[in-house]
Amino acid sequence: MSSDVILRVDELTKVFGDLVAVDRLSFSLSRGEIVGLLGANGAGKTTALHMILGVLRPTSGRIEIFGRDLHRHRIEVLSRMNFSSVDVNLPANLRVWQNLWIFAKLYGVQDTWSRMDRLLELLEIGHLRNAITGHLSSGEQTRLNLCKALLNDPELLLLDEPTSSLDPDIADKVRKLLRRIQRERGLSILYTSHNMRDIEEVCDRILFIHRGRLIAEGPPQRVIQQFRHRNLEELFIHIARHGEVVVRGDEV
Amino acid sequence: MSLHRVWILVLRYVFIYRRSWVRMLEILFWPTMELLVWGYVTRFIQRAGQGELPHLITFLIGAMIFWDILYRSQQGITLSFLEDVWTRNLLNIFCGPVRLAEYILGAFLFGLLRVSVTLVFLIVLAWVLYQFDLFALGFYLVPFVANLLVLGLALGMMTTAIIIRYGQGAEALAWGVPFLIQPFAAVFYPVSVLPKPMQVIAYAIPCTHVFEGMREVIRSGAMSWSHLGWAVGLNVIYLAVAMWLLVRMFNVALDHGLIAKLGTE
Ligand SMILES: Nc1ncnc2c1ncn2[C@@H]1O[C@H](COP(=O)(O)OP(=O)(O)OP(=O)(O)O)[C@@H](O)[C@H]1O
Ligand SMILES: [Mg+2]
Repeated sequence: MSSDVILRVDELTKVFGDLVAVDRLSFSLSRGEIVGLLGANGAGKTTALHMILGVLRPTSGRIEIFGRDLHRHRIEVLSRMNFSSVDVNLPANLRVWQNLWIFAKLYGVQDTWSRMDRLLELLEIGHLRNAITGHLSSGEQTRLNLCKALLNDPELLLLDEPTSSLDPDIADKVRKLLRRIQRERGLSILYTSHNMRDIEEVCDRILFIHRGRLIAEGPPQRVIQQFRHRNLEELFIHIARHGEVVVRGDEV
Repeated sequence: MSLHRVWILVLRYVFIYRRSWVRMLEILFWPTMELLVWGYVTRFIQRAGQGELPHLITFLIGAMIFWDILYRSQQGITLSFLEDVWTRNLLNIFCGPVRLAEYILGAFLFGLLRVSVTLVFLIVLAWVLYQFDLFALGFYLVPFVANLLVLGLALGMMTTAIIIRYGQGAEALAWGVPFLIQPFAAVFYPVSVLPKPMQVIAYAIPCTHVFEGMREVIRSGAMSWSHLGWAVGLNVIYLAVAMWLLVRMFNVALDHGLIAKLGTE
């Protein structure tokens, strides 16, 4: 793993009215690194991802992707990354291939058809190529969203709860697939999930946020030990319930 | 600005329409109904006047067709945008390498396609049913239609801006905005029948000059260039305001996280 930085977030802050959704968040992501963004519901994970995607403007702070300021080089930067989320859909009345084709073209993918077919096969939905998108089961749609997110062979992938509607078998395959692409192509991933198994298995490093603030960071095993817990799930519950104490540093 | 991406966005709407009978039908069905109503109203008035009413009355049919051009080019933009809101696809588009201007241009061009289909259909139908020949307007047809399309673009951008800002609660505006100006725009009657204060408003709307111009051409075969001048001048102003409003509201949306929220409320 080389150490060149793909994403650098500096003092990122987002305020909605009286609510500080993301509070002076700073971290960086290296090429080929998979980082998990963890935190309770409403901790600010999605808000942070949306700022990194350029669809939400930070109140303050800086985002640098591929060494460029996101705000000033938006189109260039966005064409080299991608995103998938449970909250976002593709037009339901189009066929699976039509949806993929459109995004492939928007991202300027060259070998459109072979790329589409390969990804559909990899995610085991090749047989649904001609299906109407709206007829897909939610797990199949999640996999289609992942196909869309991998179309442009991104260097940086942002995934917001990508495995939340997948069955254990497919979820396992998706994790292995992401791992494989990361190894082979040096893909970097910023990942949110409430599935601790996901995080432990996939992430090289985790960022724990509580009420918008980063309160712990490091490889999963190290963070777990640092807080003297047995596993990530216990740690998560502990931080979710006693986050304020942890923030003040009175504990541990 | 990448024309390639604009083209893909247009194709996307073509895909969406090809897959939907309802949408396809809508392009032809409503305009046909309207034409039938106005066509027979015209027939009736002519008959009641026992041939004493001038041929001029056929302008009602022309007015209806022109109104439809305006209405549909506004809808072209707004409905295309709502299509992405309804399918919760907006975030997918804007987290990709797509500029707001490319998106709007794509919606407008697709709107043009829709309008063209409707227009050709209406022209043929008006001729077959009522022997109304829109081409009697001759050369003037081009600047008239162009001005209506541009105003449609401006109104479409304004409506989209408001929906971005105020969410789907404002969705009804998509259908309502053109009708806010209709009474003033002197579509089916000359400006001179309006009370004086309303006339002031009327002349501040670009399409008023198009409708006045059209009636003049049907009546006298010639047209005052001042109407055309006013239409163009006002359109430039409307378009500038619409662009400003849209960019502003898009920025508000970026600040408030509305792009991700639209369609989920
Ligand atoms: N557009 C918005 N306007 C106002 N408040 C918002 C907006 N978006 C998010 N918030 C608030 O910001 C906080 C963080 O929300 P966010 O969606 O980032 O949480 P999350 O960590 O992704 O949670 P979850 O695990 O439930 O997905 C929440 O309290 C939410 O109510
Ligand atoms: Mg979230």
